[in-house]
Amino acid sequence: MNKTLPPMSDLAEPYFAGARDGQLRLQQCRSCQQYQFYPRTICAHCSGGELDWTTASGDGVIASFTVVRRAVSEAYDAPYVVALIDLAEGPRMMSALVDVDPESVAIGQPVTVAFTEWSETISMPVFNVV
Amino acid sequence: MTDTGLKGKVAIVGAADTEVGILPGITPMELCVEAALAALADAGINKGSIDGLVTCNAMAQPLMYHAEAFAEYLQIFPRYCINVGAGGGTTFSILHHAASAIATGMADTILIVMADSLRSGLSREQAMLIQSSTGHPQFEQPYGPTVPAYYALIAQAHMAQFGTTAEQFAEIAVAARAHAALNPAAQKRDPITVADVVNSRLIADPLHLLDCSLVSDGGSAIIMTSAERAADFPHQPVYLLGVGEGHSHEHISQAHDLTTSAAREAGERAYKMAGLGANDMDFAQLYDCFTPTVLVELEDLGFCAKGEGGEFAASGALRPGGALPVNTHGGLLSHCHPGNPGSMFALTESVWQLRHTAGERQVADAQHALVHAQGGIMSSHTTLILGREVH
Repeated sequence: MNKTLPPMSDLAEPYFAGARDGQLRLQQCRSCQQYQFYPRTICAHCSGGELDWTTASGDGVIASFTVVRRAVSEAYDAPYVVALIDLAEGPRMMSALVDVDPESVAIGQPVTVAFTEWSETISMPVFNVV
Repeated sequence: MTDTGLKGKVAIVGAADTEVGILPGITPMELCVEAALAALADAGINKGSIDGLVTCNAMAQPLMYHAEAFAEYLQIFPRYCINVGAGGGTTFSILHHAASAIATGMADTILIVMADSLRSGLSREQAMLIQSSTGHPQFEQPYGPTVPAYYALIAQAHMAQFGTTAEQFAEIAVAARAHAALNPAAQKRDPITVADVVNSRLIADPLHLLDCSLVSDGGSAIIMTSAERAADFPHQPVYLLGVGEGHSHEHISQAHDLTTSAAREAGERAYKMAGLGANDMDFAQLYDCFTPTVLVELEDLGFCAKGEGGEFAASGALRPGGALPVNTHGGLLSHCHPGNPGSMFALTESVWQLRHTAGERQVADAQHALVHAQGGIMSSHTTLILGREVH
């Protein structure tokens, strides 16, 4: 059984291409300079329509987390940690914490991005506690 | 319309639940029909009097045109007929729409009916598929969050920000069970303790099994009409005094605030319409898919200050006879939770409480109630304020 795979879309292609290449990419608005996540056709802050893909630092802090003890499917090996990450550039994203003792995780801990293969063609950004 | 536009304009004049719990061999549509016929009998009218119909779809029996299919089954021919889906918030957003339809003359007498069979009508694979399809398909689902996990993110943030404890969340489940113990219709009636909750197995930290609501079958219906017509019905009318909604996000990763929800805006709008406040409520029915949901709603709806929900719950206020009895039927935690229809049971219970016919669990001399539901992950909120009289 496979882990849940994200459906591909033209808009998000640079994001997933970046993840394959080991880069966390965010959209940045050309008019207000704000970063956003998830990718959209417009800026969530100012509704500007010109957005550039940029490579994020990969640094963030844990905004919240949970240790999933009953997995969503057999493809997931419980316990595993699902977290909300506040990225250094501003946006918040959901991700997983990997290579960590679930009992040691706490809100506010700094994290840095890593990448895990979900399939032969898809990698997902995950995070390590620094 | 002004802020008080719908105040006192409509009333609930019929209410009924089917049996709830584990009901194999009966489809959601059949449960809808059973609930509707019982609500019609309660209102003392026949099906021909219904000229408006609002339903929601059933996960165990999804239909392309659910409301039309129900009307066809029952052979009613409404002039207003819609199917609404807003997750757990569906019941009360439907009520808001239906009240507006009556006030604007789209219909005179509306039947709201919904049922589902999450317990008996879905295979384990189907149930897990529905669960795994919650969340953003590209940016959340791949990480394997479960429905309890989304709410656990809120609970964990509340604990870190305000020092709320697992024992304080647990008290919410204990209070719900204490109410259910007084309700012969409830699915789970054996009393539980805080220790039982925190010693039940962890599902998604900090949520234990007993912090999570039930999985049930069941259906429920109400009949609503204009306040003028309501006087002609056999029971004490239950008037809609206030209603408000708040919508902040769909996906929890996009919520601007994890510990304050759009229940605050929904509540403020409903209180303003009713000209009443939290202190005027004799009881409250608060959406309780998981215990932290109730805690955040208590704060956002003004029953205690932000951050003090844990202490408020731990005081025993929510229990039968407490300062603010919450979920007097036992709630989703102990009465039943058949999915989107879940809050219907909080609504019918509120009708019986305000008619003063709730039996052993009657809240003494109840005049006003607040009922609140939310759908998504604290995403879509509707607050109703109900009362025996229009002031």
